[in-house]
Amino acid sequence: MSDVIKKATRESYGEALTALADKYPNLVVLDADLAAATKTGIFKKAYPDRHYDCGIAEANMMGVAAGLAAAGMIPFASSFAMFAAGRAFEIVRNSIGYPHLNVKIGATHAGISVGEDGATHQCCEDIALMRTIPGMTIINPADDTEAKAAVEAAILHEGPVYCRFGRLAVPVINDPASYKFEIGRGVTLREGSDAAVIATGLMVNEALIAAETLANEGISVRVINMHTIKPLDEEIVLAAAKECGTIITAEEHSIIGGLGSAVAECVCAACPVPVRRVGVNDTFGHSGPAVELLKQFGLSAEHIAEVVREAVRAK
Amino acid sequence: MDEMLVRQLQIHACRIRMGIIDGVYHAKSGHPGGSLSIADLLTYLYFTRMHVYPDNPDFAERDRLVLSKGHTAPALYAALAEKGFFPMDEMKTLRHIGARLQGHPCITIPGVDMSSGSLGQGISVACGMALAGKHRNDSYRVYTVLGDGEIEEGQVWEAAMFAAHYGLDNLTAIVDNNGLQIDGKITDVCSPEPIPAKFEAFGWRVFEADAHDFNDLDRVFREAERVTGQPVAIIQHSVKGKGVSFMENQVSWHGTAPNAEQYEKAMDELKEALSRLEAQA
Repeated sequence: MSDVIKKATRESYGEALTALADKYPNLVVLDADLAAATKTGIFKKAYPDRHYDCGIAEANMMGVAAGLAAAGMIPFASSFAMFAAGRAFEIVRNSIGYPHLNVKIGATHAGISVGEDGATHQCCEDIALMRTIPGMTIINPADDTEAKAAVEAAILHEGPVYCRFGRLAVPVINDPASYKFEIGRGVTLREGSDAAVIATGLMVNEALIAAETLANEGISVRVINMHTIKPLDEEIVLAAAKECGTIITAEEHSIIGGLGSAVAECVCAACPVPVRRVGVNDTFGHSGPAVELLKQFGLSAEHIAEVVREAVRAK
Repeated sequence: MDEMLVRQLQIHACRIRMGIIDGVYHAKSGHPGGSLSIADLLTYLYFTRMHVYPDNPDFAERDRLVLSKGHTAPALYAALAEKGFFPMDEMKTLRHIGARLQGHPCITIPGVDMSSGSLGQGISVACGMALAGKHRNDSYRVYTVLGDGEIEEGQVWEAAMFAAHYGLDNLTAIVDNNGLQIDGKITDVCSPEPIPAKFEAFGWRVFEADAHDFNDLDRVFREAERVTGQPVAIIQHSVKGKGVSFMENQVSWHGTAPNAEQYEKAMDELKEALSRLEAQA
């Protein structure tokens, strides 16, 4: 697998902003003293007049973004997920969500794969928080191709969008030449009928690996890439429920309030089937290398495969 | 300032005060004290300084006002009604179910530039609007009105740092210094004083004004408009409940609606003041 290209979606974010700057002259970028880490530094270098550093003041940054949007600009407010969604939650809710302003939030360093910095920076609650804001769109891309497409889709979407990016380099699984991204539409990456794995972000690749392993054991697994958590593609979820009879969700986020919850809420209303949630199991993270942490917290192909086996046995 | 213009502004302000009382009374809730203390300020801004257009409220080049102390929405709504954005009679629907005049400012109401009400947030939004103006070389100005209690919120000082750093001289923040917040005197609750020195230390040009003297407001705002390279803070010394005798300087009128008797009394006082002013005009 040495020929697999890997890239962190935060880099895709910085590169996409830079590549799209000329096409969208109203686009401006805000950061809160993390431009080097969120990779908006790439944009800053190319377009210094369109990058505004707000300093270590995320609450104000979100308000400034709201004001820019109210005056017709398209601001990308960038910070770590912990601070963008966590610290600034109430400003995002009241100054961006309630007036439904055209602010894009670029939240990097989401999830446990932040690694060595540990629990204070490993945000596993952001999707849950953002889901509760009416009118908020939430995109959690799986790879470089999807992350870049998501940035342009966010620009073209009128209204607030929360884009979630990661620090860890992850395999590029979508072909940039043929990939089409549509907000709110999940992508079936692999057909299957014994179980459906609905995954998001870096867990999509793990789900594909798990499906391959399980195929060798005679278990047919459908893999759905749910890049948009909100609005949720209910059609693809309900089809999976009906046709596969059991669902496993996989996300680098708390099992409370994220993709797993969204999928469970959807099926329990319209087509109740068992939903097993793979994610961070209501616990804080800790320091360590990202790849080892992902394994330790069960955010791996091996753990997905285990849960699928159990789900199929229980059918 | 021309005496006739002052008289005219006083008439507008009196009608706005009547709108505030009417709104809060019919809503049976709301914040009359801090609304009355900014009635003259909003009159001055909407009738002399701001380029706004009731028949084209979303005009891109308009001046903007963010009411950061959003609980005083009745003052903003009454000022917008007096300016012609919607009928003054609509004040009677304030806070009613199905009405568009929400308890706190809502961006969908004609003339309201930003939803606000969670304290400390409006000034950041005003910074963003001013930054957009600078970014595009637009000529509009942005005003934001803060409470003196409100500036206890940390976000205000994040915004203050930001505005000075980016030299937002198209931004004017007015602090309504009536000295009272819900729990009592601002100096007893958790003092934000000295207010002028704080803004100065954050890199702002600071002026002080008598909030109920149009000549003084005019002097200060004209001077403020000539400031370049830094944002302006105007600390206006005001009287909470100004214009209704029994509400003046009473913290109990921060967030209480008058009963029928008090409503009649307040309206009688304002009607009398209005006829006096109209006779002089």
